[in-house]
Amino acid sequence: MLIYFFTAYTPKFVGGTGLLGYAGKVLHVNLTTASSHVKKLDEATAKKYIGGIGLGMKLYWSNSKVGVDPLSSENPFVLAVGPISGTMFPTGGSGHAFVSKSPVTNLLGTSVSRGTFGAEFKRAGYDAVVITGKAEKPSYLWIDDDSIQILDASALWGKSPEEVEDAIRVEIGDFYVRVASIGVAGENLSKIACIVNDRTRVAGRTGLGAVMGSKNLKAIAVRGTMDVSVSKPDEFFSLVKDFHERMKGPAVQKYRTMGSTENLVHLNDMFCVPTRNYNDSHFQLAENIGSSVINERFVVKIIGCNSCAMRCEHEVLVREGIYKDTLTRIEYDSLWAFGPNLGVDRLDVIIKAIERCTYYGLDTQSVGGVIGFIMDCHGKGLLKNNSAAVLLEELGFVPYFGNADVIIPLIEHMAVREGIGDILADGVKVAAEKLGSDGDDVDAFGSLAQHVKGLEATGYDLRCLKTTALSVAVSFRGADHSRSGAFMLDLSGKVDRLKAEVGRGKLVEELEDIYNLIDSFIICKNAKGTLYKDVEDLAKLYSAVTGKEITSEELKLAGQRIETLARLINIREGLTRKDDTLPWKVLNQPITDNNCPTKGQIVTQEELNLMLDDYYTARGWTLKGTPTKKTLQQLELHELKNITITTKKEEG
Amino acid sequence: MVSVHNRKFISADPEKCVGCQICEYACSYSKEKVFNPIKSRIRAVRVNQVANMAVTCRLCEEPACVAACPRNALSQSKENGSILIDKDKCNGCGWCIEACDYGAMMLHPETKTVYTCDLCKDKTEGPQCVKWCPEEALTIVTSDVLAQKARLSAIKKLFNEKP
Ligand code: SF4
Ligand code: SF4
Ligand code: SF4
Repeated sequence: MLIYFFTAYTPKFVGGTGLLGYAGKVLHVNLTTASSHVKKLDEATAKKYIGGIGLGMKLYWSNSKVGVDPLSSENPFVLAVGPISGTMFPTGGSGHAFVSKSPVTNLLGTSVSRGTFGAEFKRAGYDAVVITGKAEKPSYLWIDDDSIQILDASALWGKSPEEVEDAIRVEIGDFYVRVASIGVAGENLSKIACIVNDRTRVAGRTGLGAVMGSKNLKAIAVRGTMDVSVSKPDEFFSLVKDFHERMKGPAVQKYRTMGSTENLVHLNDMFCVPTRNYNDSHFQLAENIGSSVINERFVVKIIGCNSCAMRCEHEVLVREGIYKDTLTRIEYDSLWAFGPNLGVDRLDVIIKAIERCTYYGLDTQSVGGVIGFIMDCHGKGLLKNNSAAVLLEELGFVPYFGNADVIIPLIEHMAVREGIGDILADGVKVAAEKLGSDGDDVDAFGSLAQHVKGLEATGYDLRCLKTTALSVAVSFRGADHSRSGAFMLDLSGKVDRLKAEVGRGKLVEELEDIYNLIDSFIICKNAKGTLYKDVEDLAKLYSAVTGKEITSEELKLAGQRIETLARLINIREGLTRKDDTLPWKVLNQPITDNNCPTKGQIVTQEELNLMLDDYYTARGWTLKGTPTKKTLQQLELHELKNITITTKKEEG
Repeated sequence: MVSVHNRKFISADPEKCVGCQICEYACSYSKEKVFNPIKSRIRAVRVNQVANMAVTCRLCEEPACVAACPRNALSQSKENGSILIDKDKCNGCGWCIEACDYGAMMLHPETKTVYTCDLCKDKTEGPQCVKWCPEEALTIVTSDVLAQKARLSAIKKLFNEKP
């Protein structure tokens, strides 16, 4: 008789119970008491809010109090991944989302980053972590599968995210530990501080780096060793195969070849590149910093995030001059922020500026916004006889448009809050208020601060991209073109970009819903073009991974639910219709360039009002921008009672 | 025994590899029906943003791993040169892991025995990592062919021709 001996072992896998794709677990960490516990993520909640930003918002809502100071220990900070994170679906492995109350908008803040961090977090066995409280001293959170530790980060304080990543790997003794970390700016509670992972990947917008800083939380380090499985492998793999093919095709060719910096030429040809802080809408020197120059002279390698089959990350290296050997990643948004926005055509400086922002943990778009603002103030003669003038003079800075020499020193001063840097480190809105209260002209400064809800404007001239303008006005996280990608409609000519008309509300609504799903699943927005059938494709993916059938209709509803939940959070924090506005110059300063076919363009308040009414109606919100009781019921959000009460009053 | 000249192994071109780790997913899934890089026979290594390369077993001549095993658990396949592991003999001591210069021998998180690339010998369509790599960075080749390729691209570079 043969006797067989078996070594008993149990594979550890993510989501052993319930829906596959989900880990089914939410980690709660209290930094004040240095304790943690795990709560179950139930199936209904998972299906309702999907994951990523959607789930993050839901967890934020359930764990926060009204009106908390974003930089207080009371403000919960959420990290979430989606149902397909950690799988092989192209770009599905790469993303993670942060959700909290933003210090720069005092409203809901969300930011998604890519790389490898999200997949690692999923393999540690969690869908999300909710971090509350404040650590006694500089600390980092070490998530090693089910072992959770809060470790001393005193030695890491003052270091850059890249240095932190290296140091933590050495300390823990594992090269595959993935780290998301803040830089010095986050430690100094700069309201435009970001969170960096995998060296060059950034959760940039809405200042969430400062939220980590306010919690004495220098970094989150993760190692996940558990298995991730999918429910229907055959269907799943045929989708993967299909999307690998799509990613080789024309839909995303731009990202694969020239990269997102190619946008500059197109936008410039159409006269919609905000130039010199929105003084112009066309940058004459754009060719000097165009994607062909970048690719020929600076790109050394294109790399990809985890699971991505269309890699797009263009690594640029400065080969000569004072910034020789600077290596970083370039995208259109950062290129715009330090290029056209400042009237600068020096790529070495632009690249250095991006690298410094990553080093200090600052959001490039907001930093560009702030520097553009101060240059504009100088140009308008507002920097006389006030503290800013004195501080700038001390440094020997003359911040005129096109003066590339001031950029790097200004970034450094902002990161450490020294001199003029302290005035600028919290974004344009705060800077304008500080400078305004110092002199006599609050409005003069305010009119030069291009932001919505406190968040700096981005590289699309909204005066001649009116669908985009609506999308930016209603964006729950402030000025941001990437909440809906409506710019694609305007630029492709699918709509008349110079016209504000009824119907745009519905268009923006539908796009927002898809983007909400993309950020909740999480897949990459750059890969949006490969979703030939938008929601239908996502529905197939969801059921292949989780094993639960979901219809396109249900998913669309989830996209709407996420947007309306964001609205509820913002209303709870005090948002009203008047906050759905546009940067001052978009509303008040027409395009003046004589050579420009869009000369005279502006978005009038009437136009904006018309589009807002249209949008709110499409969303099932009142004309004050409050979700109606009926809408809440349709979206199964009626459980969020305190808001329903306000709605009732308003309706009655 | 298959001659070292005819032995084909998985090689990654560092110029083409972008560090996406798809090969890890493909390998772990084809071998163990799960997505988990620590169960992959091939590993993508990103030293920094510009240095990316996937590594797996090179099917060496006189393999150091085989020589290092004190329990005679390892041998080299006569057929294709891959490393055969006798799971009953392996006790996970890790001598072979230390001996391999490429980190191609790994300790399995659950079985606690070692494992390495077997060239997907059970798959009719061949190596899965090669099949799925979106950059065509992976090939199954002999050293001789690699040398030919290297010579060609070096000379092309010298004469400024597109590789
Ligand atoms: S498209 Fe680019 S950003 Fe998106 S996942 Fe791929 S490499 Fe990352
Ligand atoms: S799949 Fe190809 S490109 Fe991606 S890491 Fe592996 S070898 Fe490199
Ligand atoms: S050939 Fe097969 S076993 Fe070897 S690394 Fe590739 S996928 Fe894994």
